[in-house]
Amino acid sequence: MTAALALGDDALVLSHRLGEWAGHAPVLEEEVALANIALDLLGQARTLLSLVGDEDELAYLREERAFRNVQLVEQPNGDFAHTMARQLYFSVYQHLLYGQLAAADGRLAPLAAKAVKEVAYHRDHAEQWTLRLGDGTEESHARMQRGLDALWRFTDELFEPVEGLPVDWPALRDGWLAQVTDIVERATLTLPGGPGGGAWTAGAGRQGIHTEPFGRMLAEMQHLHRSHPGATW
Amino acid sequence: MTTTAPETEVLAAVFDAAVAADERIEPRDWMPDAYRATLVRQIAQHAHSEIIGMQPEANWITRAPSLRRKAILMAKVQDEAGHGLYLYSAAETLGTGRDELLDKLHAGRQRYSSIFNYPTLTWADVGAIGWLVDGAAITNQVPLCRCSYGPYARAMVRICKEESFHQRQGYELLLTLSRGTEAQHAMAQDAVDRWWWPSLMMFGPPDDESAHSAQSMAWKIKRHSNDELRQRFVDICVPQAESLGLTLPDPDLRWNEARGHYDFGAIDWDEFHEVLRGNGPCNDQRIGQRRTAHENGAWVREAAAAHAAKHGKATA
Repeated sequence: MTAALALGDDALVLSHRLGEWAGHAPVLEEEVALANIALDLLGQARTLLSLVGDEDELAYLREERAFRNVQLVEQPNGDFAHTMARQLYFSVYQHLLYGQLAAADGRLAPLAAKAVKEVAYHRDHAEQWTLRLGDGTEESHARMQRGLDALWRFTDELFEPVEGLPVDWPALRDGWLAQVTDIVERATLTLPGGPGGGAWTAGAGRQGIHTEPFGRMLAEMQHLHRSHPGATW
Repeated sequence: MTTTAPETEVLAAVFDAAVAADERIEPRDWMPDAYRATLVRQIAQHAHSEIIGMQPEANWITRAPSLRRKAILMAKVQDEAGHGLYLYSAAETLGTGRDELLDKLHAGRQRYSSIFNYPTLTWADVGAIGWLVDGAAITNQVPLCRCSYGPYARAMVRICKEESFHQRQGYELLLTLSRGTEAQHAMAQDAVDRWWWPSLMMFGPPDDESAHSAQSMAWKIKRHSNDELRQRFVDICVPQAESLGLTLPDPDLRWNEARGHYDFGAIDWDEFHEVLRGNGPCNDQRIGQRRTAHENGAWVREAAAAHAAKHGKATA
């Protein structure tokens, strides 16, 4: 189940990054909202990883090179705008992806049907913040633009076909680009160069090639579990 | 609206009668200024404790040793943010907004529960906080569900339900460790050794030294004395510690047949006062993180307000 591992790792890693916000959010409502999104993603990750094997063995005992998540989700949080740019790119993708999976008759359809409702909220949350920050103050506009620009090069990888998923990938890319363009323009921001539009695009997370911050993230996440081999928690 | 002296006397009599009859005081009802001020102080302290209390537990979210425990811990920390929201809203019904209260917290002019000035050094501390700190909080808070001020009492009903859930989760976490490997058992015992005495301090100073107790009892904001609640907590914890297979770090702890309660050793009130004065292990760290989060978030809140003003909507 390469596909369940890829989607499970996306959810697991993004959930972890969002969990790092706990106690640091800009406003109390966002403590609740970010934790909510993190919990939804963790729930998705647990279901997906359990299709592959033991969820804790997979989360805690694999080395960095064995993770199959896209590089976008492992990127450090940065400021709130950076996190929202990551959320926008990923939640629009995940919403369309799960929408297609729910409509198809594959093994992941029941999970996707449930998750797509959760992800609709994540997408809406990211859209609302993109609009507020883009069309807020001069400072928030600049920060949001920086976030979109910095993470753009990690978006191309989202559309690399995952083996075993009944997904129309070109349609997914078109849908994603149309929605992100619409939101970014309404937010008075500028869409960075189009995917494959000349800029060097990163991304081989699905092949287990990750970025430097990911190793540190895993070291923190796995350290306690690995310190007590065989223990139950 | 100004009232004349005789009118105030009538209003005060109505208020006193309502309190005496165990009726709820609601935001639009007349209330004495000191009653309002006492409630704002208490509710604010409680709200601040919820949001500062997120920190020692959030400290372990990224290191939680299983995905199930990670989900439980994230949900718990999220609940605490939610409790903060209800409580700041309850304070708002008394005419004091969240921004003003946060400013006072950040300036060190309002307090939060001293217990959160202790560090969470191991994973077992997450369990000890759930079992002991939430346990003590529930003992304190269940009577507040009958507090004379309606919005506070109603917020407490919801909060107490969630806190009982957290308390059971903490107990179950410690039980798993206690019955686990030798290293896990030792980790659990060490956490209980460090959190037991600070948990007893959570009930506040002894009755004869408690500054606000008598008036709060008369107003039915408070229903039981600090010492009464502390004793109730000790009586609940002793058999629970036995079931956990863990020892409470107090050689003087023993059942007193005549009193029908457990006797326990002397609390180090010097430590309590030192922590209260700002000299605990984490006072600076906790308030520092809170201020930093608030300052780093200023541009976000300004952006939300600016966007709302441009588009004629309420802010997020």
